[in-house]
Amino acid sequence: MIDAFIVFFGVLALVFAGLVLTLRQPMRAALALVAHMICLAAIYAALAVHVVALFQVLIYVGAVMVFMVYTIMLLDDRDASMRQRYSAAVVPAVIVAVVVAAALLLLLGEPAPAAAAAGAPFGFTAFALAFMKQYWFHFELATVLLLVGIVAAWTVIRESR
Amino acid sequence: MIARYEFLLALAAVLFSLGLLGVMIRRNLLVVVMSLEVMLNAVVLSFVAAAAHTQTLHGAAMSFFVYVAATCEIALAMAMLVLLVRRRGTLDLSADQELKG
Repeated sequence: MIDAFIVFFGVLALVFAGLVLTLRQPMRAALALVAHMICLAAIYAALAVHVVALFQVLIYVGAVMVFMVYTIMLLDDRDASMRQRYSAAVVPAVIVAVVVAAALLLLLGEPAPAAAAAGAPFGFTAFALAFMKQYWFHFELATVLLLVGIVAAWTVIRESR
Repeated sequence: MIARYEFLLALAAVLFSLGLLGVMIRRNLLVVVMSLEVMLNAVVLSFVAAAAHTQTLHGAAMSFFVYVAATCEIALAMAMLVLLVRRRGTLDLSADQELKG
C-alpha cells in the first residue's frame, strides 16, 4: 500500500518536473514546480520522515516558491524568451542529460547498504537532539551562511540603486 | 519487484538529469533557476531515501542543510536576476553572453 503510494507520487513528481521544462509561461512552470515539491513531500511522509516532509512544505513551497512567484510578478511577462523557449543547443544538451542519467543509473548497480528494521528515529525529539549533540558545528556554520546571504542580498540591493 | 530504495534512487537520478536538461536548454532565466531547484530536490530525495533505508538521521540532517543552502541561494539568485533583467531589459539568457566563467 505504502509502495503504491510512493510510486504514484514518484510518477507525478516526474510528470511535473517535465512540465517545468516544457511550459512556456514562467508562472505556470512555477506552479508545476510547487506541485512537484508537494509530491516529493508526500513521498517523504510515506517514508515516515515527517520532519523533512514538513521542511519541504514550509521552506520550499512556503518560502522559496512564494518568493519566486513574487519575482515573476515583478518582471515583465511579455519577453523574447517566451516566444523561443529553447536555446539552439538542444541536441547536445539532451545527449549530455541522457549520458548523466545513464551514468547515475549505472551507479545504482553498486550493492546497497543493508536495510535496517523500521524504527522511529525521525521524530522531532530525535532530530533536535541530533542537532544539539552531533551537528551543532554544522548548525552554526549554517547560521553563518545565512548571515552571509543577508549581507550579500543587502549589497545587491545597494548596487541596484 | 524492484525494491523501494532502488526505485527512489532511480527516481532521484532521473529527476536530477531532467533538471540538468532544463538548465541547459531553457532560455528563460527564471525557468533555469527553477530547473536548479529540481536538481536540488533530486539530491534531497536521494538523501531522504538513504536515511529511510538505513534508519539513521544523517541523511535527514543533511537535507536540512541543503534547505538552508537553497534558501540562501534563491534569495541571492532572485535579487541578482532582478538586477540583471533591469540592466538588460530581457529575461533571455542569450543577452548575458558577456558573462565569463
